[in-house]
Amino acid sequence: MIRTDSLQFTYQHSEDEILRFPNIDLSPKEDLLILGPSGVGKTTLLHMLAGLLPLRKGDVFIANTQLNKLTRNQLDNFRGRHIGLIFQRTYFIRSLSVLENLTIRERFSKKKSDRYRREELVMQLGLSNLMNKRVYQLSEGQQQRLSIALGVIHKPKIILADEPTSDLDDANCEKVISVLKREAQICKSNLVIVTHDQRVKSHFNNQISL
Amino acid sequence: MLSILLLILSVSLAIFIIQIKKQLYQHLDSNSKHFDMVIGAKGSPLQLVLSSILHLDNPTGNIYLEEAIEVAKNPMVKDVIPISYGDNYNGYRILGASHKYLNKYDASLRNGQLYKKSLEVVIGSNVYENNNLQVGSTFASSHGLVKNGIEIHKEKPFVVTGVLKPTGSIVDHLIITNLESIWQLHEHEDEHQHENDHPEEEHEGKREITSLLVAFRNPMGAIQMSRFVNEKTTMQAALPKFEIERLMSFLGLGFKTINGISIAILLVALLSIFVNVIKTVRERKQELALLRTYGVSIFKLMQLVFLESMILALIGVVFGWILGRTGIWFFSIFSEGTYGYHFVFSAPSGKELYMLVLILLTTFPAAILASLSLLKLNVSKILADA
Repeated sequence: MIRTDSLQFTYQHSEDEILRFPNIDLSPKEDLLILGPSGVGKTTLLHMLAGLLPLRKGDVFIANTQLNKLTRNQLDNFRGRHIGLIFQRTYFIRSLSVLENLTIRERFSKKKSDRYRREELVMQLGLSNLMNKRVYQLSEGQQQRLSIALGVIHKPKIILADEPTSDLDDANCEKVISVLKREAQICKSNLVIVTHDQRVKSHFNNQISL
Repeated sequence: MLSILLLILSVSLAIFIIQIKKQLYQHLDSNSKHFDMVIGAKGSPLQLVLSSILHLDNPTGNIYLEEAIEVAKNPMVKDVIPISYGDNYNGYRILGASHKYLNKYDASLRNGQLYKKSLEVVIGSNVYENNNLQVGSTFASSHGLVKNGIEIHKEKPFVVTGVLKPTGSIVDHLIITNLESIWQLHEHEDEHQHENDHPEEEHEGKREITSLLVAFRNPMGAIQMSRFVNEKTTMQAALPKFEIERLMSFLGLGFKTINGISIAILLVALLSIFVNVIKTVRERKQELALLRTYGVSIFKLMQLVFLESMILALIGVVFGWILGRTGIWFFSIFSEGTYGYHFVFSAPSGKELYMLVLILLTTFPAAILASLSLLKLNVSKILADA
């Protein structure tokens, strides 16, 4: 469940430049596609939902927790446990293996490590044979899938994906969308995707444009 | 990486200096502590001590045995040992002295027996190891105190009667015989050639020695008597303890310079650890930002970065210490050959531990200061700038 109320973002360098975001109200397991051209603040909104940007004006509720009421430590904890982020580019701890990357993501969520869940997930994403490889040894497509795995392995309450398909061809775009949707279903979480990629449109009923 | 190398270098340099200074002092002290005073020909007192006790320099000249003994006749005097030298074998000095000299250094025989007659010698452990000499061997000495290969005493070869056990003192590097042997060589020398390296007048019935080593019952006696010798006789008296302190204070300037250099390197090392941490944060900001999205707090990341730099510092200190000791070891091989000085590989001393801890402590604030740069980590911006 996600709810935002008169959320605003002000840049530090210019107070007049204010980004106002439409209110979001998602019941549990509901998906949302946020569309808009680059530069309108899609990523900013996503990062606000993830608690990565300070919430100066407006409220964000995720699973009945009001993010802007949490202390810094509580917010870090909350993010670790309940939020899964997938970025347009892939980020890993380069010196670690695929398995180690997944394990530390699980560990920092402070949830009990679920081996069954991990094996099921890497099998679904076709990463089973690559677990002991260093991340930089993976192909681009494999890295993309690992990045999705890292976003969902800890069964977050919301999955936030930032342009997950923009660099992909049509076939892979379809694949990624279906993986994300399936994972959201398994995790019983809200899936929020921001994108300017029009191909994604047809897959989601619930859409807003910025 | 550079910062670790710098740290290793500075630590090893400092360790090296501390050890050399300490061991050199111990070495000088252990060789000279048996004698409170040296009486010899007038000249530099430091030279007299270096030549007669440490067997490093050339002697200041010769003195008359009877005259020296006469001066040392005093109830405060415990022991006198007249010594004479001026020849070598393969660079090892041949020292004429009584058995008492060996007793002073607790030198005991490994095999064979002590010299009884003239031209019989016992050899120190180092002489034994580095020359093809054993009990029963004979050798001809050459004139002077440095190896020169000129054998001018072929007609009167020495015979080895005993080999000494290692003592860790200068005795290990000496060939020891009785005084008479040296006198015999000299008589022989004077018959054949009148030119001499250290000029000596021939006085009928007056026997010459190089110096007289004196031990006192009370060290105060040495001070009194040395004043008397220096003012009232043609000889000079030198106090080994005093001269060695003086020598160390001369060397002190050199030690201080190198210490200064190592402190300078240390400062550079600390600075580079500091820069290194900041660089780490900058280069790995994406990984650090990623960890933030995993819910890792800034404080945890600071701990991580801090720990990393402390581990670097620790590696630097440990390897610096090892390198310093290795340096001592190599220096020992060199000095053993050249000066007969042997340095030992020892566990860290209190002073060293103190220094190592101090270095670690100074890296502390550097690492903390640098890890503060994490506070400026803008996670959203780093991850959005795709």
